[in-house]
Amino acid sequence: MKFVIARAFGAMVLLVASMAAANAANIEVKIDNFSYSPQTVTVKAGDTVTWTNGDDIPHTVTSKTGAFRSKALDTDDKFSFTFTTPGAFPYFCALHPHMTGSIVVEASGGT
Amino acid sequence: MSHNRDHGEGPNRRKVLECMTWAGTGVLWTIAGGVPHSLGLVGEAAAQEAKGLTFLQISDSHMGFDKPANPNVKGTLEEAIGRIKAIPAKPAFMIHTGDITHLSKEQEFDDAEKIISQAKLDVHYVPGEHDIIDPENKLYKERYGRGTKGSGYYSFDANGVHFMGLVNVANLKGGGMGSLGDEQLKWIEDDLKGRSASQPIVVFAHIPLWALYPTWGWGTEDSEQALGHLKRFGSVTVLNGHIHQVMQKVEGNVTFHTARSTAFPQPAPGAAPSAGPLKVPDDKLRTMLGTASVTFKQGEQRLAIIDTPLAG
Repeated sequence: MKFVIARAFGAMVLLVASMAAANAANIEVKIDNFSYSPQTVTVKAGDTVTWTNGDDIPHTVTSKTGAFRSKALDTDDKFSFTFTTPGAFPYFCALHPHMTGSIVVEASGGT
Repeated sequence: MSHNRDHGEGPNRRKVLECMTWAGTGVLWTIAGGVPHSLGLVGEAAAQEAKGLTFLQISDSHMGFDKPANPNVKGTLEEAIGRIKAIPAKPAFMIHTGDITHLSKEQEFDDAEKIISQAKLDVHYVPGEHDIIDPENKLYKERYGRGTKGSGYYSFDANGVHFMGLVNVANLKGGGMGSLGDEQLKWIEDDLKGRSASQPIVVFAHIPLWALYPTWGWGTEDSEQALGHLKRFGSVTVLNGHIHQVMQKVEGNVTFHTARSTAFPQPAPGAAPSAGPLKVPDDKLRTMLGTASVTFKQGEQRLAIIDTPLAG
């Protein structure tokens, strides 16, 4: 009996998770000419942002607050991060710190 | 082509632009009576039979870079080292002002070592931002960081000249430029304490230690503090890389100079949408790569710096 309940609960959790995933968007940020484009992006909690480096020089995507940190991205390398907490997430390139950008995360509005 | 600053006048804009359009392999530096000046191209430098201390500067080898701006960076580094080996009067040593590698990979460090060691000269390194991007930042330190402080800074003396190798590429802050950091600034102050103001000082670091073009991050945000500690010295020479082109500025007793890359050129400040590698026609590439030589002569006022292209 206990086992059956646990399984049913597990299935519900999976269902909720997949519903959230269906609503979540994947947002692209391009790195070109030593800048992030778009420089500021507003997303919903649960969305994933993917950065792609189009330059012939490596760059990083490094949170100013330590929330996320990519390795050095060579040409065409990608880095993805899923934002779950609302708030502003400023970031920069640890190699070329004059390059800055920001992800603004809004509450997802209930699922 | 030589930069001669014997008359002490600052470079006018036209001269600076002339420097920027040079093509070349390296810079030959001569320290004469405390102030380094460029002797010109490597070949010319050798011809002047400079007496005193002569050392070489190479920079920005970017081992591992394989993009259109130069798909053969090993080849051009080999050419630069070949030219250095051919200098009749053997230089005392070499400095490398960073970006030895493109991506801080073991193989890239190995390739650099294999080629640069053929010059059979002692090499004093400082890291560029490309040399400290492996996950634990350990490859550079293992190879070149022995006996250094903090992120890899150190000093030494040669022929009465005090050399300081600084690191301005570590722990950079978002929105900023190059940075030395408080710990290193304190060390600089202590390292200079008690030294005679007449002792010539040569400072070398990767990113320029002057606000060359902040829009592209070409500067060091706390360099003024470092230069403050150097103010009382009669002869200060600051040698940098990072911008892959020759630029020079004289301010009071301080001469600032940047060397060419051996790998690929970068655009003049503001001349392109960004500082990315500059693709030039194949027959022009070697005129924009090079090395430098610096000679110090006792009893003269300036160091001689010679920027030498790989060709042209």
